Amino acid sequence: MAEVAHAEHYTSTGIDHRKVLMWLFLGSECLFFGSLIATYQVYRGQSLVGPHPHEIFNIAYTSISAFVLLMSSLTMALAVNSIRLGNLPATRVWLLLTALQGSIFVGGQVFEFTTFVAHGLSLQVNLFGTTFFVLTGFHGAHVTVGIIMLFSLLFASVLGRLGPAQALTVEIVGLYWHFVDIVWIVIFTVVYLLPY
Amino acid sequence: MATVGRAVGVFPRPGFFEYLWSWLTTVDHKRIGILYGLTTTAYLLVGGLEALLIRIQLAHPESRFLDPDTYNQIFTMHGLTMIFLVAMGYNATFFNLVVPLQLGARDVAFPRLNAFSYWGFLFGSLLLNLGWLWGQAPGVGWFAYANLTSVQYTPGLGTDFYVMGLQVLGISSIASALNFLVTIINLRAPGMTMFKLPVFSWMTLVVSVLIITAFPPFTVGLIEVMFDRLFGTNFFNPAAGGNPVLWQHLFWVFGHPEVYILVLPAMGIVSEVLPVFARKPLFGYPFVVFSGIFIGFLGWGVWAHHMFAVGLGPVANSVFAITTMLIAVPTGVKVFNWLGTLWGGHIQLKTPLYFAALGFIAPFIIGGVTGVMHPVVPSDYQQTDTYFVVAHFHYVVMPIVAAFFAGFYYWLPKYTGRLLDEGLGKVHFWLFFIGTNLTFGSQIIVGFLGMPRRNYTYPAGLGWEPWNLLSTIGAFLIGLSVVVFVVNVLKSLRSGQVAGPDPWDGRTLEWLTSSPPPVYNFAEIPVVRHRDELWARKYGAHGERVGAHNPPNPGSELQIHLPRPSYYPLVAALGIAIGFLGAVLIRPAEVGGLGPLGWAVVVLGALITVGGLYGWAFEPAE
Repeated sequence: MAEVAHAEHYTSTGIDHRKVLMWLFLGSECLFFGSLIATYQVYRGQSLVGPHPHEIFNIAYTSISAFVLLMSSLTMALAVNSIRLGNLPATRVWLLLTALQGSIFVGGQVFEFTTFVAHGLSLQVNLFGTTFFVLTGFHGAHVTVGIIMLFSLLFASVLGRLGPAQALTVEIVGLYWHFVDIVWIVIFTVVYLLPY
Repeated sequence: MATVGRAVGVFPRPGFFEYLWSWLTTVDHKRIGILYGLTTTAYLLVGGLEALLIRIQLAHPESRFLDPDTYNQIFTMHGLTMIFLVAMGYNATFFNLVVPLQLGARDVAFPRLNAFSYWGFLFGSLLLNLGWLWGQAPGVGWFAYANLTSVQYTPGLGTDFYVMGLQVLGISSIASALNFLVTIINLRAPGMTMFKLPVFSWMTLVVSVLIITAFPPFTVGLIEVMFDRLFGTNFFNPAAGGNPVLWQHLFWVFGHPEVYILVLPAMGIVSEVLPVFARKPLFGYPFVVFSGIFIGFLGWGVWAHHMFAVGLGPVANSVFAITTMLIAVPTGVKVFNWLGTLWGGHIQLKTPLYFAALGFIAPFIIGGVTGVMHPVVPSDYQQTDTYFVVAHFHYVVMPIVAAFFAGFYYWLPKYTGRLLDEGLGKVHFWLFFIGTNLTFGSQIIVGFLGMPRRNYTYPAGLGWEPWNLLSTIGAFLIGLSVVVFVVNVLKSLRSGQVAGPDPWDGRTLEWLTSSPPPVYNFAEIPVVRHRDELWARKYGAHGERVGAHNPPNPGSELQIHLPRPSYYPLVAALGIAIGFLGAVLIRPAEVGGLGPLGWAVVVLGALITVGGLYGWAFEPAE
């Protein structure tokens, strides 16, 4: 049995272990964000004092930062495509652009949080503040982890340790990145767009 | 780099520190399983000691052996220890010891992640217990209902140790479950389709799905408690409109699947042991597997039966009553399949069968029958918060412990190479069996007599005294049985009968390799054609004796690539535990914390974690 002598390459499904792991992990993450969103929904409109959402949300501003985040999924997909084709310079450009767009989103979130705090919304002031900051904050933390992973890939490419053989690694980071984007579509809709 | 076996000649007798280092950096599922087993057995003794302290306190009315606060801490830690450290610890032990061998695999899919899970389990369990050093162990019950967990009502560090210890244990459990999911999905031997998968591995798969889906809501609940305590948020603060019932939902939507996380591996062990000792295939394999899946699925729809007394209204109560009763169906299907397996078999009355058939199935039926009484909502209003409930769930968890013992008598010889003593094993069984029924049978009755649970003492003259005394006597018998077990294991290590590769005439692949297995498990990965592959190899699919074992072939060792040892998993797990310890220490100095200095510990932990993860990511895997 020549093919089973190299057991580390054999998989029952033909899919790499790491890719299966990432999909399962993202399934677990759905429950994590699901529980945070459920908490937000349970306390929707239950705050006893202001500030209330309609008083401080700037939908246009948040829509732009959401658009930037969604566009980063496009550049992420282009990065995966480039590394598969073995085009390392293009891969670096797309990875960098993806990381920059993610950073713009997180920077936008920091600015938004600062503005809200200036308008009197804090973690402690009411249920809206408590649930809003914790939900969007954990999403922002996930984006930040994604940015760190993208810069780690760029760092590896500078060290010469990123090539077509590592295309799967880039793809798996991409899976995480797209997931974080999709979660934002849900959070943005539930928190900002649904009428209170 | 492949290092197989021990280096010959250079260090024929490695020094102590070299030996210790080899365990600290091990990524071998067999060694990790042994580490889990040793750690968990230590906690079994700790949790058992806590149980005995509770029983000493309750042996007589108006006892002053423990003060109320200490009693709260001891019953809370007894529950947390037995659920999160003993039951989940033994589950992880058997996942590691059995699943890769049953699959015909050389290791799990992610050996270093497996090591990380173990170290996370060890450090998380230490963090959970660290409160004892402050004299402030968690004392809010394992369910930790809000808003008892607010700083207003529990200002001490106990609740913080609860939150942070369980977060670390949760990370470890999710990592381990993800690992075993990928292993079972992806590392089955060629030819082993899902419906040729041994039942224990099937139940591991179902439980792993439950772990990765049930722990995140609990994680979120714990985060919310943590934010309320550390940063003054309002999640469970009624003064700001917060609703403590939200915690109950988040907790039980985790807590009920957790019950199935505990019991399904035990059912898997029983489904492995019975066919071997009845010398018959498992009766109705697809029914057993699908019942396990169905139990796992339904386990998600029953959580509010823990909350009937909260007042969710008749509609919610009725829905959850029906789903809860429904769970009795697949459970009953399993019991009848086990009976069908034993029926007409050539029964070998060995210790594993004693524990699996008499120790698990029989008391578990009592646990199931008392369980079906709870979803009758009006009846539940009478039973809730009495010893009847305590008796019910101990009639569910004590059979789980019996199944673990069955697993040890059955599988330990595979790792030690020596059988456990049958005579001592039967003494162990009868002490355990009589002790369990004495302890918890008495509690069924005293529960019906209305004795409330969780109270540190009770008045005389209500007819509760004889049952409580009997219960205490039974608890000491259980304690004695565990001592017999430990003696049996030690005796077997010294002078047990040599097991050989297949002492029980087994049916599945773990009995194909030597005892103990070589580090690479199988010299040649077996090709699977039958559900009971080894049995078919020995006796043919239709009963004719055809072949023998294929012993490990040392000549092919050099071709096998093994993952190399790594200390980064330990570093990463240690960093996470230090970070969460820091989050406990953020609490003010008046209650025993460090105040803002705690943040320094958090940052230190984060740096160690990041260092560990980067070392891990950029280290060559083999």
